[in-house]
Amino acid sequence: MNAAARTAARAWTADEMMTVTAARHLRDGAVCFVGIGLPSAACNLARLTHAPNLVLIYESGTVGTRPSVLPLSIGDGELAETADCVVPLPEIFAHYLQAGRVDVGFLGAAQIDRFGNLNSTVIGSYARPSVRLPGSGGAPEIATHAREVLVVMKQSPRSFVPQLDFRTSCGYLDGGGARRASGCPGSGPRAVITDFGVLRPRADTDELELAAVYPGVAVDAARAATGWPLRVAPEVEVLAAPDPRDLACLRDLHARTQAAHAAPVRIALPAKL
Amino acid sequence: MALLPLRDAIERHVRDGQSVALEGFTHLIPFAAGHEIIRQGRRDLHLVRMTPDLIYDQMIGMGCASRLTFSWGGNPGVGSLHRLRDAVEKHWPAPLAIVERTHAEMAVAYQAGAGGLPFGLMQRHVQTDLAALPEAVVKPIECPFTGETLSAVPAIKPDVTILHAQQVDAQGNVLIRGIVGAAKEAAMAARCLVVTVEERVERLRTESNALILPSWLVASVSVVPGGAYPSYAQGYYPRDNGFYLAWDEIARDRETFRRWMQQHVLDVRDHAQFLRALGVAA
Repeated sequence: MNAAARTAARAWTADEMMTVTAARHLRDGAVCFVGIGLPSAACNLARLTHAPNLVLIYESGTVGTRPSVLPLSIGDGELAETADCVVPLPEIFAHYLQAGRVDVGFLGAAQIDRFGNLNSTVIGSYARPSVRLPGSGGAPEIATHAREVLVVMKQSPRSFVPQLDFRTSCGYLDGGGARRASGCPGSGPRAVITDFGVLRPRADTDELELAAVYPGVAVDAARAATGWPLRVAPEVEVLAAPDPRDLACLRDLHARTQAAHAAPVRIALPAKL
Repeated sequence: MALLPLRDAIERHVRDGQSVALEGFTHLIPFAAGHEIIRQGRRDLHLVRMTPDLIYDQMIGMGCASRLTFSWGGNPGVGSLHRLRDAVEKHWPAPLAIVERTHAEMAVAYQAGAGGLPFGLMQRHVQTDLAALPEAVVKPIECPFTGETLSAVPAIKPDVTILHAQQVDAQGNVLIRGIVGAAKEAAMAARCLVVTVEERVERLRTESNALILPSWLVASVSVVPGGAYPSYAQGYYPRDNGFYLAWDEIARDRETFRRWMQQHVLDVRDHAQFLRALGVAA
């Protein structure tokens, strides 16, 4: 069955399944460093469902935000207006992240390798890149200092690669305990949530293996979408389809977001400038 | 503090070859000031900014810059900055040297600059290829107390920092509200601080621990309503997301970009005319 037929046959999209799966990884009360896009949707879904005391920190300095609609960028006014406090950027990175006050960091990237290291800098060589990507932002420090990291990425042989073009942020380095030995304070990627299922690191080698798939996803399909010979856990869990209440909540959140951002921007200029 | 029309402020304070930081972390981005720099044809600038955003895409594409220090160069929530990419990948319209840091490093670098220090400190656990680049500036340093290895991050001290803020009072004190990013640190690190504001008020109605830049720190203030458009100014207007989406198309092609900049920036008198031409202001 191709992707379109699969979508038609079920009541949810791959994006929704990824979002719900990411949300399920968040325990109530955890302090999360959130990015824009799917992680932001996942964190707010968790906050609106099973984890009402989730603490959301966006790297723009908003701490404890409870946005009623999803932000367009990390600088959205909605994040500042619904926050417990808004702090300057040096404080977010030093007092909150570097000092070890963040439980979960969300990351994505253009490339990931089998040890969960991430590239968001360049495709090709650094000096003459074929694609210049946006760059690191807060990712290297999030990857290092958050107690654990959740990676959210669509799986394809182009993005799940045997060798990164550039290591922007560290996962388990070369595996086999290398990260721990390096003195890195956080424990590294706990899960890589893809559009096929969930990859987790093996305890002994730190290598990512396929631990779970979504309903209707074949293990072989997930392996074919990986640029290295993907190892498969002895027992691959088949994750439950999204709870209809979670799906309704997520769709409602997206609908509210769209409506809130539909109005055209108007600026009133004084009569005499 | 001098109250100046924006044109005069840029003419007086921004020179070819300087390092210039237009800060504002996705909020209060000084678009009007950036456009005025483009109109006045400044060249060879070393642009500094954590998130270059659309304004540096425009300045780079119009040939204002020869160097860029930054930490995340995308169109926030949309995708790529095509003019920045074209400059790095294809050297158009001119080669652009880049100095790349992380957000945390930029924040520490501004802080060190603000405090008159040669460098700031961070823990050294981060494992990134950025540290191995020939252009890398962060170096290891031993703590004299514990012996542990830390990272020394060289200070950023821009010749000029330009900010957009909400208000200036009758005495020239400037108020910034909402998401403040590294605005305060970038302001204090600069040799010269140039500010645009939404409005001039008699008195600032706020607590004493709000982010206020005292008038004697500010070289000039220009009243430019809508000066952060298409980014947002909390309490005044939201981000125009339609513009950020449209920019992806405008900036993709060199000729489309040039035509757009000619019509909307070079051929307009000031920011008010720019806003009216786009139909954002009446």
